[in-house]
Amino acid sequence: MAWETTIGLEVHIQLKTNSKLFSTASTVYGADPNTQACSLDLGLPGLLPVANQKAIDMAVRFGLSVAANIDQCSFFSRKHYWYPDLPKGYQITQHSRPIIKNGQLPISLSNGETRFINIERAHLEEDAGKLLHHGFHGNAAVDFNRAGTALLEIVSAPELHSPEEAVAYLKTLHRLVRYLDICDGNMQEGSFRCDVNVSIRPTGQTELGTRTETKNLNSFRFVERAIIYEVQRQIALTKQNEPIHQETRLFNPDTGKTYTLRSKEDAEDYAYFPDPDLLPITITDSSIAQEKEKLPELPWVKQARFIKDHHLNPDDAQILTAQRATADYFEETLQYCQADEQLVAHWIIGELFAALHKAHLSINNSPINPQQLAKLLNRLHDTTISNKIAKIVFEAVWNGKGDPDAIIEEKGLQQITDNSLLERCINELFARSEPQIAEYKAGNKKVFTYFVGQIMKATQGKANPAQVNLLLREKLRELYT
Amino acid sequence: MHKKSIVELSASLAKAEISSVELTQHYLKRIKQYNKNLNAFITVIEEQAMQQARLADQRRAKQEYVTPLTGIPIAHKDIFSTKDVLTSCGSRMLSNYIPPYNASIVEKLQDAGMVLLGKTNMDEFAMGSSNENSYYGSVRNPWNPDYVPGGSSGGSAAAVASRIIPCATGTDTGGSIRQPASLCGITGLKPTYGRLSRHGMIAYASSLDSGGILTGNAEDTALLFNYLACFDPKDSTSIQQPTPDYTAKLNQPLDKLRIGIPTEYLAHDLNPDVLNALEQAKSIFLSMGVTFKSISLPHTHLAIPVYYLVSCAECASNLARYDGVRYGYRCKHPKDLTDLYFRSRSEGFGSEVKRRILAGTYTLSGSSYDTHYRRVKRMRHVISNDYQNAFKEVDVILGPTAPTPAFRLGEKLKDPITMYLSDIFTVSNNLAGVPGISIPAGFSSNLPIGIQITGNHFTEAKLLNIAHQFQQQTDWHKRIPEQFA
Repeated sequence: MAWETTIGLEVHIQLKTNSKLFSTASTVYGADPNTQACSLDLGLPGLLPVANQKAIDMAVRFGLSVAANIDQCSFFSRKHYWYPDLPKGYQITQHSRPIIKNGQLPISLSNGETRFINIERAHLEEDAGKLLHHGFHGNAAVDFNRAGTALLEIVSAPELHSPEEAVAYLKTLHRLVRYLDICDGNMQEGSFRCDVNVSIRPTGQTELGTRTETKNLNSFRFVERAIIYEVQRQIALTKQNEPIHQETRLFNPDTGKTYTLRSKEDAEDYAYFPDPDLLPITITDSSIAQEKEKLPELPWVKQARFIKDHHLNPDDAQILTAQRATADYFEETLQYCQADEQLVAHWIIGELFAALHKAHLSINNSPINPQQLAKLLNRLHDTTISNKIAKIVFEAVWNGKGDPDAIIEEKGLQQITDNSLLERCINELFARSEPQIAEYKAGNKKVFTYFVGQIMKATQGKANPAQVNLLLREKLRELYT
Repeated sequence: MHKKSIVELSASLAKAEISSVELTQHYLKRIKQYNKNLNAFITVIEEQAMQQARLADQRRAKQEYVTPLTGIPIAHKDIFSTKDVLTSCGSRMLSNYIPPYNASIVEKLQDAGMVLLGKTNMDEFAMGSSNENSYYGSVRNPWNPDYVPGGSSGGSAAAVASRIIPCATGTDTGGSIRQPASLCGITGLKPTYGRLSRHGMIAYASSLDSGGILTGNAEDTALLFNYLACFDPKDSTSIQQPTPDYTAKLNQPLDKLRIGIPTEYLAHDLNPDVLNALEQAKSIFLSMGVTFKSISLPHTHLAIPVYYLVSCAECASNLARYDGVRYGYRCKHPKDLTDLYFRSRSEGFGSEVKRRILAGTYTLSGSSYDTHYRRVKRMRHVISNDYQNAFKEVDVILGPTAPTPAFRLGEKLKDPITMYLSDIFTVSNNLAGVPGISIPAGFSSNLPIGIQITGNHFTEAKLLNIAHQFQQQTDWHKRIPEQFA
């Protein structure tokens, strides 16, 4: 029997606000436990939440980017449950009226197709604290630094059908929220985490199968593996006529398996009700207009433009638009550069990325700026330097030795294009290369590369290889005649 | 000294006839002398108070940051967070809780230079109408120690009535300022919802809770209110609305005033002395040229059930944070997490609080949310509309504050429903968010009787004006129980 997989994704993105969703405490990651939890975050009596306008603006910006409906009068509700990392006994979230509804995210598949995935809703909520289990002599401790951090939960419709599609959706979303500057996208730090709902059904069946929810996956690879495992597990159960239970599961990256966390039967009654401490979130037309103005060129639009206007192949376009900073770097370089776009693209993706990677730097902190790279590539383009020399100049600029032109000048790295000089070199070479010439004459054309190598060596790589080739051939021909 | 009003004391301080140190010492002495019997205070902070008084005197001497309130003693209901001072909310749950910050109301009065003498007793988490639900024991009515002072701001009311403090703050969720003011013979103002900041006020039912004040008379209330009414960005439900000079408006004539008395209030089984006091008040107002009109608040009978559904639901949620994990009471030797939650809450809360948490949890649970909570929210609108319709015909509404004078300690403890009915005339204001003031208007065999004036949103100046004019014609508010004279 053929099976169809259905996947729905719930992504929690941590909004890039300086302070928390309802308090003024800082949200910087990695501080000492409980140093970034104010009285409100600790749930002390008498303190009242005040909604962070920046978080609301960011939610609106996200809504606009996926062409969603923005509810101009949504509200916060309280979701009640008991856990030591939840300081108030309830989480402030949105329940019946989320701020964002019915959006669409275009994802590109490996076959070149684009599919629009529906986003059912996105809502604002506060994060909980964290339980610490190690180093407390068998007791647990709670760190409330994360408590109250602003999250936007983005819920897709259950209409993804493979691990590949799920990952494509997540990568598209990941790139989008960083473009919008509403999330740093740092998955290790939990700024972008994913819950995966998976079900299977025989192909052709209209009704969806029973789904399981695998929670808190913080890498694309884990999402992929968890889905693959979950689909196999569900198919195996069904084949053995065993029921699939609706439950919450966790993924263990060490075993590659998912396991039951809790079954939905012991699901709690969250007793949702509108939070009486907060007013409805009213969003004016003018604030929507303001956010619209802040919208950057969306990543998929930029990518298409790079292919069309900059004549890049889809892979290069994808890489260069992965981050706004990279795309900006590329386009800024183009502004100053006479070389063609592909050359610029290859230098950024090749030489620059490798150097940045090695130095653990982001492109924003690149020691070589777009103007410098452009100058370098201009010299390559006008054949002042060879590709090989260009790499040497690149390294010098990287190490702060100055401007490409100055370096070329100072070190005399210009290509030798003076025919008489090169001819002299060739004559000298031929004078001491009788055996090789004889070989060449005997028909061993491979010796030609030896000659080229010798000339390049003699000129410290500064000779123009094409010109050397030409001259060598001419000279060799002269030797025959 | 304690027979003087705050306005008079303020004048004496200004003329340097007395010092704040003398005044503070005087009241501290009275607290020491009388509190044992009244049990009105949970905490008295003698040293800090004296220090504040000295500071106030310095301020007055240097004429720096002087307000009419500089140097005047005050007490706060133990529901207001006071930095470094126990804030128990009348509960074992918070019997070890010392807040790291001040409530906005506390902060504002401190800035005005008032001297904090201590924290007053109250029904646990403000749930009660008799002050018998306090972990720190019942408060006695200064007019008769066998009677209750009313609640939940019973400690504040008893302390002001016995003049062991000139004024005290309170909170009012369903009548908790007005009803004890009435039962103790003092003036109590519950402002419009959103007029005073709730920041730092421990929540009982967030959509109903109002901070307010209890004093000896309307003029003093106006003076304090000038320093309390404001918008607070720390409270999202606080309302941005201009604040008039409440004192300046006290003496406006009442000859154009139209007062309505709801027929529903009179149909209620009223104590004859209470009815008599209301009639007397009416004739005094008539003599001032006020016009009276009979009006209807047709949904009055819904107020009590709607109030208890809303307040219990919100309290169940608000009190979920008391789990024994971060602060407050924690049971001894918990076996596991569930045991920690279970026993900390079972041992930390009193029976009335538990009753309301249970009722509220039921109201919010799964299927009953739609049948109860949603419907109740609609009923709240209906009750609000009653008021809006009434205010088309009249300026303010007059009625009794409570159906009876003070009752005996223990009398209603076994019967929560009768107890709940003592709030029958006060809860509607909270449901509609409108202000109300209770002022003394007579006696029933040496127990005070209060009347309530209710106005539309943000009409506190009008209410204080009416109350003040009434108090120019009467002297009920000047009476002090003999024992405390």
